[in-house]
Amino acid sequence: MVSTKAQKSIFYRLHIDPWLLLGIFCLMGLSLITLYSVSPDWVMPQLIRLAIAITAMLVMAQIPPEVYQRWTPAVFIVGVLLLIAVSVFGHTGKGAQRWLDLGFTKFQPSEIMKLIMPFAVAYYISQHTLPVRLKNAVIALLIVLVPTLLIAKQPDLGTSILVASSGIFVLFLSGISWLYISIAIGAVLAFVPILWFYLMHDYQRTRVMTLFNPEADPLGAGYHIIQSKIAIGSGGVWGKGWLQGTQSQLEFLPERHTDFIFSVYSEEFGFVGILLLLTIYLFIIGRGLWIANQAQDAFTKLVAGSIILTFFVYIFVNIGMVSGLLPVVGVPLALISYGGTSIVTLLAGFGVLMSFNTHKRFNRK
Amino acid sequence: MARKRINIRNHSAESALFMRRTLVVFIAIIIAIGVLISNLYYLQINSFESFQTRSNDNRINVQTVPPNRGLIYDRNGIILAENRPVYSLQVVVRKTKNLTEKIDNLRDMLGLTDKEVESFYSRNRYSRSFKPVLLRDQLSEKEVALFTVNQHLFKGFSIQANLKRYYPFGEAFTHVLGYIAKINSNDIKRIDERGETARYRGTHYIGKLGIEKYYEELLHGKPGQRQVEVDSWGKVIRVLNFTPPIPGKDIKLNIDIQLQLKAQNLLGDTRGSIIVMDTRTGGVLSLVSNPSYDPNLFVQGISSKKYNELLNSKDRPLINRATQGRYPPASTIKPQMALLALDTNVITEHTKIKDPGWWIVPGSKRRFRDWKRWGHGEVDVNHAIEQSCDTFFYDASYKIGIDRINPFMEKFGFGQYSGLDLGEETKAIMPSREWKRERYNAPWYDGDTISVGIGQGYWTVTPIQLTQATATLARRGEIITPHILHSIVGDGGEFTPPVQASQPIKLKDEHYWDIALKAMYGVTSNTRGTGHRAFANTSYTVAGKSGTAQVINMAEDEEYDAENISERHRDNAMFVAFAPYESPEIVTTVILENAGGGSSNGAPIVRALFDEYFDHIKTKDKLDEIDG
Repeated sequence: MVSTKAQKSIFYRLHIDPWLLLGIFCLMGLSLITLYSVSPDWVMPQLIRLAIAITAMLVMAQIPPEVYQRWTPAVFIVGVLLLIAVSVFGHTGKGAQRWLDLGFTKFQPSEIMKLIMPFAVAYYISQHTLPVRLKNAVIALLIVLVPTLLIAKQPDLGTSILVASSGIFVLFLSGISWLYISIAIGAVLAFVPILWFYLMHDYQRTRVMTLFNPEADPLGAGYHIIQSKIAIGSGGVWGKGWLQGTQSQLEFLPERHTDFIFSVYSEEFGFVGILLLLTIYLFIIGRGLWIANQAQDAFTKLVAGSIILTFFVYIFVNIGMVSGLLPVVGVPLALISYGGTSIVTLLAGFGVLMSFNTHKRFNRK
Repeated sequence: MARKRINIRNHSAESALFMRRTLVVFIAIIIAIGVLISNLYYLQINSFESFQTRSNDNRINVQTVPPNRGLIYDRNGIILAENRPVYSLQVVVRKTKNLTEKIDNLRDMLGLTDKEVESFYSRNRYSRSFKPVLLRDQLSEKEVALFTVNQHLFKGFSIQANLKRYYPFGEAFTHVLGYIAKINSNDIKRIDERGETARYRGTHYIGKLGIEKYYEELLHGKPGQRQVEVDSWGKVIRVLNFTPPIPGKDIKLNIDIQLQLKAQNLLGDTRGSIIVMDTRTGGVLSLVSNPSYDPNLFVQGISSKKYNELLNSKDRPLINRATQGRYPPASTIKPQMALLALDTNVITEHTKIKDPGWWIVPGSKRRFRDWKRWGHGEVDVNHAIEQSCDTFFYDASYKIGIDRINPFMEKFGFGQYSGLDLGEETKAIMPSREWKRERYNAPWYDGDTISVGIGQGYWTVTPIQLTQATATLARRGEIITPHILHSIVGDGGEFTPPVQASQPIKLKDEHYWDIALKAMYGVTSNTRGTGHRAFANTSYTVAGKSGTAQVINMAEDEEYDAENISERHRDNAMFVAFAPYESPEIVTTVILENAGGGSSNGAPIVRALFDEYFDHIKTKDKLDEIDG
């Protein structure tokens, strides 16, 4: 960091990491510009959600790491209980049971689980020395598996992937041996048929099938992917220009403000715009990983690393699916897509990162 | 216990391990982003052109704009077939909210019926939600206005204006104009065969009958193209490029509306046909076939019940009697027969025969009766035509023989297509030995010739043939093709019909024409003429010939008694005439089915038509000429 001591102290006192904040603001700016193009109506509600998310981030940043560590087991157990509650009393929407109606608002426990998962696994693993041993790794995997399966049963494939990966990232970062990793990958590959035949819904299967050959059903299940690829491809190097994307303006694109916002962005801003966006993402990831390395103990390191890796999974899965590399699983584009919960969760995660980065200095002094 | 473990932890080793893993992760992330970027590079840079094309295909739609059909006018410029805007109310279901509530509101506002709503829902079931679905067809102007002011309350509802063919005079012109109707599979086949598929893209109607069919080529025009930008629902956002359609040509007919309506009126409820033609040009001034029907029914799409009613009606309204009605010509062809008799030297101008009221084929006992029981006494050719003496022509035709009658009459157009510019025409029958052998596998008898000699027997003609043949008389052997089209509006000049190959009829002596024509003049001017009473005190001179055709064969000595014969078996009344006698201008044929005597029933109608022409139309035309 090249900043002056005075600047540091202001941000540190507020428990804010200025570099992360800069990256986040850049993304928010792009989000608002793109949403305006989809429809100016989305801008105001998104601003409100962003304000809430920033507030959540700031609140999370104020909480010292010790408190996180202390509360992890209790919060994790509550989270699992909530997921069970969803599967029993949950509110059904779009063929999936994801919501818990609290009377005044609807609440999605799986979203919270995204955030809790790294804490839980890191909490367990950091009880022992690193690298993690096989017995502990297996137990940690069980901690990952229970909520993942509960979410996958809702069914919410996108979130369950994110939850599982956030737990598994902790295991990976904790130094699990490459041999076990290879074995685990083999086990996952064996699990694929079970997933396909037993756990997946028909609509998810068609989504996967059309991934491999979207042109086979251009007016049905393949329509979204084809239109999205047309939008991205027709953007070219420089894009069609802001508000000029015919694919989005003429409503050929589905879910333009949420899952497919990347297609809108690519159509209007082209390859150059994409490079800019990915650079910002890479900058945030780099900063996040740096913070993780600076963290003072195993627990904070693992949590921080997992949060930033999950952030990347968001980006990779979303861009991969709208550009036809991955099946459409319903993962929003991190900090760009319209939507409340995912932004709040993501920024809360960044709040945790900021907390870890700003609290340790005080401890060491 | 936990604290103890932490105490023995090697923090720097753990940090190093974590650092190594982070590095692996970071490299993995870089690779993953590399994969994303290379895929996006492939999409946006390598495949840019193909995706750009597909994006344009998505948004750009080429629509065919059908041409407006040419209008049809009478000779005075009065519109006979026009294109009227009709308004229909349609709904894009996907764009509406509270559809049932809005439809309920329309029930009150436009008086939408349950049946309309029901059929809307059933149409909607089979249509995609972003395509407009018809709710009500043919809105009145008032309903359009009512809806338009309230349009903002009905998002997704819209009014569509279309042009629909309309025939303002209804049934009076059906047998001239015909009609257009929805293109069916047969039409599509014909269009494809002619290689005109592109010309009919976007067109739903085609000429099915009459002038509308015959001049389809002229009236249809050429479609235009509109390049539009559409949204994913197919709604037009803006027009990018527009090649306007070339409308069909407007055409002017020779038909005179006044004369046509007059003729229609004169026929009243009588089945029959009237044709009035200009002898100088062949232009058809009036062509009526009664009964008729409303052609607009066919434009809207006639119900099968109504269609069957028309099809099975005893009066055969769908038949165009003027060109498809086959009638025995009866005495109307006596002038031609007289010409042939003179030309073949069977008679001379002064040959006289004695008519006792009957005639017997030499060497047989078969007796042919004259219409006048007690006979006409001594008659020459002039007398025979004026009084329509049958006996004179029995004798003449017997001497001429069918082998000379057939070719001569064919020259006048009998047994031939007249070439009238209407698709529907029959040749009728000009009998010959060969014809009879083919048709009945029987030899020709002398008695057959005798019947033909007075226009009965196997001989049948259509009104248009009779008109053409009478015109040929008036033109002293020069044949003219009747035609309805006058001109193409805006093209300048008058339409000339295709020249008929047939040579003018040459007689041995030009004077023979004078004999026949003078006798026809006598029919209307001489006190003994059959048409004398009808044509008393005309301001013009008329040459004509009456005809009373037997519809059923009666036994030799049976007396014709109209009162005792069922209506459908009564004689057909006929009259052909042209005027003025000295320099012919118009010719007419009147055929009244089952109306009785030709001179008593047909002649007064001809008189009324000629009066209309000479006293009103011609005077007006002259005034127009002076104005022009």
